[in-house]
Amino acid sequence: MNYQLNHLKELESESIFILREVAAQFENPVLMFSGGKDSILMVKLAQKAFYPGRIPFPLLHVDTGHNFPETIKFRDELVKETGARLIVASVQDAINEGKVKEESGFNASRNGLQTVALLEALEKGKFDAALGGARRDEEKARAKERFFSHRDEFGQWDPKNQRPELWNLFNGKKEYGEHFRIFPISNWTELDVWQYLAMEEVALPNLYFAHQRMVFERDGILLADCDYIQKKPTEVAKEMMVRCRTIGDMTCTGVWPSQAADLEAIIDEIAITRLTERGGRSDDKRTETSMEDRKKLGYF
Amino acid sequence: MAFKYENSELLRFTTAGSVDDGKSTLIGRLLYDSKSVYQDQLDAVEASSLRRGESEMNLALLTDGLKAEREQGITIDVAYRYFSTPKRKFIIADTPGHIQYTRNMVTGASTANAALVLVDARNGVVEQTRRHATIASLLQIPHLVVCINKMDLVDYSQEVYDKVKSDFEKFAAKLDVKDVHFIPISALNGDNVVHRSENTRWYEGPTLMYYLENVHIASDHNFIDVRFPVQYVIRPNTDEFHDYRGYAGRVAGGIMKKGDKVVILPSGFTSKIAKIDTIDGEVPEAFPPQSVTILLEDDVDVSRGDMLVRENNQPRVEQDIELMVCWFIDRPLQLKGKYTVRHTTQEARCIIKDIRYRLNINTLHRDIENKEIKMNDIARVVIRTTKPLFVDAYRKNRITGSIILVDEGTNETVGAGMII
Repeated sequence: MNYQLNHLKELESESIFILREVAAQFENPVLMFSGGKDSILMVKLAQKAFYPGRIPFPLLHVDTGHNFPETIKFRDELVKETGARLIVASVQDAINEGKVKEESGFNASRNGLQTVALLEALEKGKFDAALGGARRDEEKARAKERFFSHRDEFGQWDPKNQRPELWNLFNGKKEYGEHFRIFPISNWTELDVWQYLAMEEVALPNLYFAHQRMVFERDGILLADCDYIQKKPTEVAKEMMVRCRTIGDMTCTGVWPSQAADLEAIIDEIAITRLTERGGRSDDKRTETSMEDRKKLGYF
Repeated sequence: MAFKYENSELLRFTTAGSVDDGKSTLIGRLLYDSKSVYQDQLDAVEASSLRRGESEMNLALLTDGLKAEREQGITIDVAYRYFSTPKRKFIIADTPGHIQYTRNMVTGASTANAALVLVDARNGVVEQTRRHATIASLLQIPHLVVCINKMDLVDYSQEVYDKVKSDFEKFAAKLDVKDVHFIPISALNGDNVVHRSENTRWYEGPTLMYYLENVHIASDHNFIDVRFPVQYVIRPNTDEFHDYRGYAGRVAGGIMKKGDKVVILPSGFTSKIAKIDTIDGEVPEAFPPQSVTILLEDDVDVSRGDMLVRENNQPRVEQDIELMVCWFIDRPLQLKGKYTVRHTTQEARCIIKDIRYRLNINTLHRDIENKEIKMNDIARVVIRTTKPLFVDAYRKNRITGSIILVDEGTNETVGAGMII
């Protein structure tokens, strides 16, 4: 027998170790579920980590109200299948209650407002660890994240004062009222995620596969034509064969022209692509350090 | 279903160096030549180089992610980079090389299979080279690659290469390093990085990329001494799995097989492995670094922090533990100070019983006069723990041989220790 794991199995083992460590070290963890492939992967890994037991923490979905309808449908099916408990934190409710103010104009997005709904849901549920599917290869500020990322009582991240992480030893100690963000798939790349989902034959929302959709172009990014985005007079929607590489809310998730209709074709596409997956995310493009700035405030 | 790119191994390596020795250029070259830098990243880097008034694209901006780092043009923290070739997936822990960042180097080195040490061919082996080699040896990184860089600036001279090699070997003889390779490169021009250089015909060894793709890492784990720290107990309490009691954990050493007799520490009870379970079904054996669930034949009391081992091959059970410790924070290490200690899945409290000496990591001198241990210092200490830990020497097993110290007031991780 060959005692060498392939890279996907080694990453899987590392992530399962982190998930179990969270269940052991924290009293009340929650898994942040966006409906995207990374959080679908997280659910799969959590099932593996605690089998034959159920996933010992609920899923938390921060619903911007601007989701692709396919996302919500998929989410509800997955919840049913896993028997997990679902908590929905609604940005629309936060707006209705006057806690946050909706952006207006052509590039209006509820992305920034998610932070308020998220922090409030964490506080309300008294969650001391929020598991997220962020990866270090996604974005330059995320490249500096720890697996166990400490947040103060305001939910803020202090990137210059992070706890060193060595070997398999994770320090989840904190004061009452503070919490941790935990990123079990830190070391996975986009390609790893797709390879693994293919290897494990994990079901995914149709949005990830090439389909016909009405889209229009803005700042070099293709956006889905929908009620949530106000088009400028010069912007004209046309039907194209596209797919999503990431799924966020409809106002900031770019779609890509693609013919990739199955996992094998997607893996081939990713392996040769010259653009990062967040290249289609307009929320990252507002300034050079927009991810770091949002993360410091408590963004996922 | 079989997919492409699936059968590759994972290699983690660390690079340490300062701004001037071409580390960023080398990483940029590896990422660029393996087509791991995306067009929009390059566009962003180019735009921000222009904004700063730099005439050429500054590849360091690819690796420096934080605002303060970009402002000051330095790397503060460990940055993780990813690239892959059809043969392997690589994780680079990119750490700053200056003495004040020793703690970052130690962090990056803790999980690495290999370390790249950069030497500027014009300057030869300098203090920083010795420091990196010392840390690689202390952290027992299995493979060390000395990249003699900027060979283009010394006319690709074999003499220069030989001099660096023999100087390094002289110093390394005092260290505990197992496997050292020397490669003459020019990161700027790409000589011997990914492609073989025509300029160093006298060099018969591999290129850096060939080395990274082929170095034998299968035996970097300990496959001899069975160590299974119990991480979490799985008890589903459902009708289907009514009496199920599984011990979840990651194999830290040895090969565990169904039917093997095991001893449970600290209780000393013995039992046999009834089953090694995963969601995909039972597996016949488990080995490092797999995460599995072990079921025992007997109904014995086992909980987090316990360790499953073999009867005739047990770790040391100790309360007085000798360590090399690297200190991480501004406040000095306190003799007689109390800290929380984390070791595998165990947690205990400890007191610093003795500081034996402070190690000068540039000269390897053991200082027994000045034993104030400040940030980034490395020292040999003895701790006394509130309960016994099940330890091995770090040389024997990096998982059961390592600890971290946590400040009881601030909860910060204040030190990392390697058990002697």
